[in-house]
Amino acid sequence: MKEFVLLVYTSSHAIGIEKKLKNLGVPCKLSSIPRNLSSDCGICVRFDEIGLKTVEDLVKTLPFDIQEIVALES
Amino acid sequence: MTVIYMDNAATSWPKPAEVSAAMIKTMEEAGGNAGRGGHRFAVAAGEILYQVRETVAAFFGSDDPFRVTFTANATESINLILKGYLKQGDHVLVSPLEHNAVMRPLQFLSQQNIQWSVLPAGKDGRINPALIEPMIRQNTRLFVICHESNVNGVIQPLHEISEIAHSYQIPVLADCSQSAGSIPIAIDCEGIDFLAFTGHKSLLGPVGTGGIVWGSHVDVNQIFPLKQGGTGSASDRYVQPDFLPDKFESGTLNTVGLAGLKAGIDWINRNQQNLVYLKKGELFREFLNEIRSIRRVHVFCAEKIENQGFVFSLTIDGIDNGFAAQWLDEEKGILSRVGLHCAPLAHRFLHSFPAGTIRFAASPFTTSQDFEACIEAVKILAENTTTLH
Repeated sequence: MKEFVLLVYTSSHAIGIEKKLKNLGVPCKLSSIPRNLSSDCGICVRFDEIGLKTVEDLVKTLPFDIQEIVALES
Repeated sequence: MTVIYMDNAATSWPKPAEVSAAMIKTMEEAGGNAGRGGHRFAVAAGEILYQVRETVAAFFGSDDPFRVTFTANATESINLILKGYLKQGDHVLVSPLEHNAVMRPLQFLSQQNIQWSVLPAGKDGRINPALIEPMIRQNTRLFVICHESNVNGVIQPLHEISEIAHSYQIPVLADCSQSAGSIPIAIDCEGIDFLAFTGHKSLLGPVGTGGIVWGSHVDVNQIFPLKQGGTGSASDRYVQPDFLPDKFESGTLNTVGLAGLKAGIDWINRNQQNLVYLKKGELFREFLNEIRSIRRVHVFCAEKIENQGFVFSLTIDGIDNGFAAQWLDEEKGILSRVGLHCAPLAHRFLHSFPAGTIRFAASPFTTSQDFEACIEAVKILAENTTTLH
């Protein structure tokens, strides 16, 4: 299954989003940011394609901006 | 000799056992640096900070954990707002009971032609909302209100003040150092724009914790950060991030202390109905009334009991405050706070400057026996002013 990462501007946002996604039943985890995607020191939210729609819907409701959702190359 | 701690307005003691337990657990199990790196300890520390944000936000009626900014204490929070928001030529309205956490930064800012005036109030320092409007100038840009005085415990009518301020598009900074944790505060309901709190008083957390809760409508773009530095975010740039919470939180946060703060707030949430607001309120009122009835004792408190917090202070005719406080400590084990309480503006207004007063402040852990012991000790002081000298 295709994997995605949700890149945010700060680790705090990643932690908040991961908690909300888990509450919504979306399997996901926090992980270090792939260095080819960002130079930030922090973390991103990693999830499978099955959760993509829920993640996209959640992002629209957040009071802050995210960077982007990126599909990981296998 | 048993210690009777009545200096809870300086810092609360004891703390709930859960506070130190949470701090030790954080040190041992989440020893990483939040926001710096993706290993399990760093993530665990970040998750703790997020939980603290959620807890603090909910406690003050905010639904956005990221509108909580952590600082070391209320003084830093107030400095951040005053120095980050005010501009040259601005005018500020303050209550007559402000602490030096407000007055010293304002005095410093007067070098930039930022002026301040004191709002009209009753004898106890409680602002009279009906007299506010004539004080507002064209360049008035901020109200600063000490929600609960650390000298006489007067609680200000925040909601009424905010309504007037907002009708002139002027925001309100509430210094909730004393009130946070002992009086329910809903930030938007009270009309607070910038809520400054400290963690180590009535919130029952450790020293070195505090913060700001931003009102839901506040545009933080109008506030400059007090400090710049590493945040773990936007690390490829020299420019400070402009988003919450990182904008105002450069440098490693006090994760251990903040975990303790959460434990303190959790304790209040579990016990508030029984201990803090109701039962202790009645006990404290009885205590205050007993002290007020003692001859030669002058009590500094609210004129109306419904405006009284869990702090008051007193002087005793014919006896030096310092001597009295020392006697209370050495002879009775009662720890009070003598002096000006870092609030010379308040003491000038209350006509207790420069000698100050002896302050008593309760906590949820103060017992009826503690109150009785204080009453008896003050009676002895008041009845023996000559012999005790």
